[in-house]
Amino acid sequence: MDLKLIISNIYKSYDRKPVLKDCSFSFDRSGTYVLIGPNGSGKSTFFRICGLLEDPDEGEVNYFSGVHILKRDIELRRRITLLLPKVGIFNTTVFKNAAYGLRIRGTKGPKIKEKVDKALEFVGLTHKKNQNALTLSSGETQRLGIARAMVIEPEIFFLDEPAASVDQENTEIIEDIILKMKKEERSIVVIATHDMAQAKRLADWLLLMKDGKIISSW
Amino acid sequence: MVIDDWLFELLWDFTPLILYHGFGMDPIIEGFRRAFSLIFTLDPELLSIIFLSLGVSGTALIIATVLGLPIGALTGLKRFPGRGLIISLLNTFMGLPPVVVGLFLYLLLSRRGPLGFMALLYTPSAMIIAQSILAFPIVAALSHSAIKKIEPLIKQASLTLGATPFQVMITIMKEARYGIMSGVIAALGRVMAEVGAILIVGGNIAGYTRVMTTTIALETDKGNFELALALGIILLMLSFIINMFLYLIQKKGVVETAIWT
Repeated sequence: MDLKLIISNIYKSYDRKPVLKDCSFSFDRSGTYVLIGPNGSGKSTFFRICGLLEDPDEGEVNYFSGVHILKRDIELRRRITLLLPKVGIFNTTVFKNAAYGLRIRGTKGPKIKEKVDKALEFVGLTHKKNQNALTLSSGETQRLGIARAMVIEPEIFFLDEPAASVDQENTEIIEDIILKMKKEERSIVVIATHDMAQAKRLADWLLLMKDGKIISSW
Repeated sequence: MVIDDWLFELLWDFTPLILYHGFGMDPIIEGFRRAFSLIFTLDPELLSIIFLSLGVSGTALIIATVLGLPIGALTGLKRFPGRGLIISLLNTFMGLPPVVVGLFLYLLLSRRGPLGFMALLYTPSAMIIAQSILAFPIVAALSHSAIKKIEPLIKQASLTLGATPFQVMITIMKEARYGIMSGVIAALGRVMAEVGAILIVGGNIAGYTRVMTTTIALETDKGNFELALALGIILLMLSFIINMFLYLIQKKGVVETAIWT
């Protein structure tokens, strides 16, 4: 595990309403971090900033390789990924959705097939691979989102409320997928949830966020 | 007595017409019969007019798409100064009266005009330019609105999966494909049916710049309804096919969008 992320004193406001206030943390060990906190505590904003979708108003978000700070360019963005609570699905088959990350990286056909088939099997969507992805249920859509992110083998994988809008059965499936990912121990997985029981089931480290700040970790 | 004179004069004036065409539906039915005969015997004059129409409108559509799609994509995806002005202009130009385009283009291309040295007036090239001008704002404005409708989630998904800005743009355009295709087909419908601009800059020269719509206008003026009707039927059929495509594309787009919600 080479990549690590150090967040230092970040602030972020929307329409002058502060969302993150002096928030700091270091993700420097492989394993699963679970960020818990009530709705509106700033978890999603924190994730969007960590996932390089947005910039903080103040403070620093630095990705390190060893002691070197990495540039915020495409090379870095291709080593991390963020799964949003509502997954943006492309209007094409499940297979082509899952293959997207590899195609844009210029990976060749046979390799794509091998990796995508493996990821779809991992999330239990092999039987739907030729179906249009827009016909999937919300739970299946979420699982496809996870598969799509897994095929690119991110070194840091942020999942923002991955089971927020799915039924109990799919929640359990998604938790199983995350626990299976944990066993592989290749990357840092960071999950946001407001469900304490779920957090305990998944976490190596628990982080508590309140009023725009990570107030404790254990 | 006065009334009798008036009636006599009227009958005198119209007798040749009445004798030639007869009363009621006969000339229309006869026109249709001869029109179908022209179509089914693949009359060479008719075919050359159809192919010229398709060539001019098809080429104009390709030019309009090559120019209009990037403008639609740029205004749909990026925010920059003057963007609002461009969108308003495109929407205004969507309803450009063809004769006005014809007039301006005529002034530009006529011998004394600034582009007169190119000797394009009364050539198919001038007609292609005129139709490109008419089709361009339709392609650009409808592509713009199709691209704008794509959910921000699509952009975020491609960014989080490691797409470059160019790859993000291509992904969004792919997602907007049905809306873009609708725009292109709507533009084709407009240019195929257009008569004002190409009549002015093409000159309606037989065998050279005479297309379906200008032939219909001319032959109707001459009272030669068979060819006009035959072309009218073909134009209607083409318009029907174009609109069927448009309907199917929009239906497919609507079905797939409905799955989202």
